[in-house]
Amino acid sequence: MTLAWILFYLPIAVAAVNQLVLRRNPLVPYLATAAAGACFVTSLLLLGTTETSGFSWATVGGLDIKIALKLDHLSTGMMVVVTGVGLLVHVFSLAYMKKDEAVNRYFCGLGLFMFSMTGIVLSENFIMMFIFWELVGLSSYLLISHWYHKDSAADAGKKAFLCNRLGDFSFMIGVLLLWGISGSLTFEGLKSWADGGGVAAASTGVLGAAILCIFGGAVGKSAQLPLHVWLPDAMEGPTPASALIHAATMVAAGVYMLFRLQLSIGAEAFAGFAGTTIAWIGGLTALLSALMASQQNDIKRILAYSTLSQLGYMIMAVGLLAGEAGMFHLYTHAWFKALLFLGAGSIIYACHHQQNIWKMGGLLRKMPITAASFAAGTAALIAVPYVTSGFWSKEEILTAAYNGNKFLFVIAVAVAFLTAFYMTRAFVVTFLGKPRSDDASHAHEVGPFMWIPLAVLAILAIVSGFGFVSEKLNATRPEHTANTTVLIASIATLVLGVGAGFVLYRGKESDPLSIPLFRDRFYFDGFYDNFLVRYFQDAFAAIIHFFDELLINGLLVGGLSRGAVSVGNLFRKLQGGQLQAYSFAFGLGVILVIYFTVF
Amino acid sequence: MATLNDYLLVSGLLFAIGLAGVVIRRNIIVVFMCLELMLSAANLSLISFSRFNTINGLPDYNGQMLVFFVITVAAAEVAVGLAIIVALYRSRQTIHTDELTSLKG
Repeated sequence: MTLAWILFYLPIAVAAVNQLVLRRNPLVPYLATAAAGACFVTSLLLLGTTETSGFSWATVGGLDIKIALKLDHLSTGMMVVVTGVGLLVHVFSLAYMKKDEAVNRYFCGLGLFMFSMTGIVLSENFIMMFIFWELVGLSSYLLISHWYHKDSAADAGKKAFLCNRLGDFSFMIGVLLLWGISGSLTFEGLKSWADGGGVAAASTGVLGAAILCIFGGAVGKSAQLPLHVWLPDAMEGPTPASALIHAATMVAAGVYMLFRLQLSIGAEAFAGFAGTTIAWIGGLTALLSALMASQQNDIKRILAYSTLSQLGYMIMAVGLLAGEAGMFHLYTHAWFKALLFLGAGSIIYACHHQQNIWKMGGLLRKMPITAASFAAGTAALIAVPYVTSGFWSKEEILTAAYNGNKFLFVIAVAVAFLTAFYMTRAFVVTFLGKPRSDDASHAHEVGPFMWIPLAVLAILAIVSGFGFVSEKLNATRPEHTANTTVLIASIATLVLGVGAGFVLYRGKESDPLSIPLFRDRFYFDGFYDNFLVRYFQDAFAAIIHFFDELLINGLLVGGLSRGAVSVGNLFRKLQGGQLQAYSFAFGLGVILVIYFTVF
Repeated sequence: MATLNDYLLVSGLLFAIGLAGVVIRRNIIVVFMCLELMLSAANLSLISFSRFNTINGLPDYNGQMLVFFVITVAAAEVAVGLAIIVALYRSRQTIHTDELTSLKG
């Protein structure tokens, strides 16, 4: 158990030492990377252990809130993903962020993030999870707005934080509702409550509302509709941080939390409208963001929308009562999406911070290692059958959708086609053809600190789906049941998608398709900015502003100060500096005193 | 024979003249002189009270003793006051109170 506590405290301790003691010391990145490595080793050692230990954090009456670490199959497996991707991202960042002037702040942000993510994964109750849930939001904010002198980065950080807060508020309400029904905040307690027939006895409406409110937290953190708008903007942050936080781990926390809930109160609790809503939101997110991804030109944005779409898959799986499939996809997705993001990072690095895929091209010859690993990631994402990890996990989700809801199955298959299409587009435009800008023609392969993580992740993207690896890494893996319809559908969509991508984009100089609806992200951002913000937030702000101006500023603050000023001006007249005026007043005073005392 | 009231009337007149001078005159030396005049008015009333308040046929000397103190203090005050005026003139080149208003609030 000591190991678990070391794993828990090591990242924050190192980040604190880095920030408070070492400050601008050039050792900071290496120390942080070493800590990440130690965390990875620790989580490997902890694999498969089952234990809980902790201490009371707040005790109010009968309510005892603990800071406790819960090790089990799910959390130790997830820790390997978090620390594994974390370690590779640290190594990659050593090279990627080398010339950044605030590299130490960046590594401290990563350390804070690792600490908070460990807290979420290992937490034993919902309150502790909520605390770290917020901390993750904070560290995400810090890393998105790392280049805070850029307005776009500062705004993106703010947007992410606000969207997350909206979800977190719902999460808090959901946890309290669930506590009201079950009287327990710990996962153990919820499990024994559910085993004792609590779920059956509880009102379906209230329980469903509680689950949906908790799901609201996942909507914020995992960027589902309608709070998905922050994730593409979050790409303003440094690319390795995007790989770690906005692709592999933090955004998957929502799925992890939902699955944790599903494990605790049982899948039956999700049956009914709660599960259906969750599944549909997941499915729609997957579909809409896949459509948006097909028209983006910024390589990081393509990957961001792809992440949204894959997260939609996972959420859909949880909603379809197949949380294992969702978790398994989370696990494989973490490797290949981190790979794609780091690949994008090395492309961006090589192309002098050019992110537009139409300004790239022909990178296959110039950057063979990056291209090969990016191809491996793409293959995993588009689920090339039998040889990639993505296939095994996506197949489970498609099977779950096939068994659960035929409409969602159709949507999921459409998403699979779109995934194949937009990833082929991204790959063809970026790596094939001729260089379309000076940046691309001067690109060359990145150094070993960057390609080694890529290579490791490329191997994992291929093999992590196979039983012998996923068992070793303790991943939650459902029993694979072959379903011919699903298999045919996924192979057909893959062939069609890749074919369409090649035919449309092979050797093109600019995008032959132009669909403004998709490119402009279904006008979600425009709708939020121009309608919601203007008519709700701004209207409310105007009312508040009116009262603020009139009552607080006009009467209280302004009135008091104006009163003091006018009284002061009155007395000021007395202090004329005229000697004779003083003596006259003095004489008058004496006369008055005599008058009042004598008469 | 002059009565106490006559003396007190003169004393009051002197005081009023002094006060008027302090309030009206703008030359600081004249103001200073008027101040002395007010002190003398006070002295005169003290002397007259002393003279007309007889104990066993003798005046009450306490009042006259007080006058000596006042004269002493007034002499010291003149010395300090004139020194201040000289210093003031040296630094400001004026002893006109209308031009000495730097303490204005």
